[in-house]
Amino acid sequence: MAAPPTRLNIYDAVAANRWRTVALITVFTGILAALGYVVGEVFTPGGGIAMVPLALGFSGVSATASYFAGDKLVLAQSQASELAPGAEPQLRNIVETLSIGLGITPPRIYLIDDTAPNAFATGRDPKHASIVATRGLLDKLDRTELEGVIAHELSHVVNRDIRVMLLVTVLVGTVALLSDWMFRSFAWGGGGRRGRDRGGGGVILIIALVLAILTPVVAALIQFAVSRQREYLADASGALLTRYPTGLANALRKIAADTEALEVANKATASLYIANPLKDAPRALDGLFDTHPPIAERIRRLEAM
Amino acid sequence: MEILIPLIVIALIVVFVIGLYNRLITLRQRVREAWSDIDVQLKRRHDLIPNLVATVQGYAAHEKGVFENVTKARAAAVAGQNGTPQERAVAENQLTAALRTVFAVAENYPQLQAVQEFKDLSENLAATEDKIAFARRFYNGNVRDYNTALQTVPTNILAGMFGFTPEQYFELADATEREVPKVSFG
Repeated sequence: MAAPPTRLNIYDAVAANRWRTVALITVFTGILAALGYVVGEVFTPGGGIAMVPLALGFSGVSATASYFAGDKLVLAQSQASELAPGAEPQLRNIVETLSIGLGITPPRIYLIDDTAPNAFATGRDPKHASIVATRGLLDKLDRTELEGVIAHELSHVVNRDIRVMLLVTVLVGTVALLSDWMFRSFAWGGGGRRGRDRGGGGVILIIALVLAILTPVVAALIQFAVSRQREYLADASGALLTRYPTGLANALRKIAADTEALEVANKATASLYIANPLKDAPRALDGLFDTHPPIAERIRRLEAM
Repeated sequence: MEILIPLIVIALIVVFVIGLYNRLITLRQRVREAWSDIDVQLKRRHDLIPNLVATVQGYAAHEKGVFENVTKARAAAVAGQNGTPQERAVAENQLTAALRTVFAVAENYPQLQAVQEFKDLSENLAATEDKIAFARRFYNGNVRDYNTALQTVPTNILAGMFGFTPEQYFELADATEREVPKVSFG
């Protein structure tokens, strides 16, 4: 037996992600309760407290739903279809072989019929996981590159990154949706009430306040959960699994060079992918909201291994 | 009150020892599960070989010695299915060597290379050997964790008391092992 390889402790990653999951659900519940309270206060002064159990119930239901069925939602939204038995033997073989190397049951394999090369993994634990690849990924990458990408995604699966990412995607999406909806209903409701004893100005002020508090919180939440370190860790553990960091480095280079945007991806699901699928032009806030570390840096680290 | 303190100390020690014991059991269980992964793939290889022999024989019937060799090696590997990892590795290595001669013979028959069944079989065998390599790596990693626990304080004391014995690594001859990349976080 050669000298034991430097082992990245996946147990640490798993423990950290368990803690993140709890924190995420707590913060989400807190935000919803606060939102509910504010809504209640605005419509009936003193009635805010009555809205809190309602908001808690709602957050309980949506957290449970996203924990157990969020992956199906994401898969459906990405228009991914499960690989038929016998189809794409190379992809299936790679997934099965690498899963054996990690000692997990091979995840289900899905395909997105789009020529933009990209991939992601979703689910809640290795027994309930799915790996999604685009048609473009299969067409444009060779075997070692594909191995690199799949190993990266499987690392997300064993580290339980997929669970955190899934909760972020669904819950943050819900908060964004709610605050958007609140903003609209306030804007309309506030307009209709003008002239009564509760002036529209007060309502607008509260909305502005809520949004001002909420937006950075949501941003921090995303940032906190979707840390760049997670991508570096998945790159590194993937390379450790295939013993061939160059494969993933070449794959990333090809994916980055491809200018095509993945049509089924959106802002909420973008952070799930191995590389940003949106290919949008950088904007002022990108540094803050960036969910992926720069590809050049990832390639540099892979090649230094 | 005073009688309680020694009781609490004893209770804490018992809990600690139970924790250590369970850790050893978990590690050993992981080794056994990993072994069954290897076992599945080895059996799959055993199952593929008769078909391969039959296919190649159809084109190269006179290379009798080669086929006898691989059939014998396979029979030995199948017979030794319940042996220790080391015993099995010896049998599997012989089988790998014998298989290689079958493929070397097949090289000389271009018509055979074009047969779909032969192509499928050799792809399947290559995929299975890939899986054996990965299963072996996972197994050896678990053996290393378990054996390390047997040798380090405090689990070594418990291991001696309860008769935990080290597990064997599964070593394949000239398995093409890529170099382990050095991982560092900057």
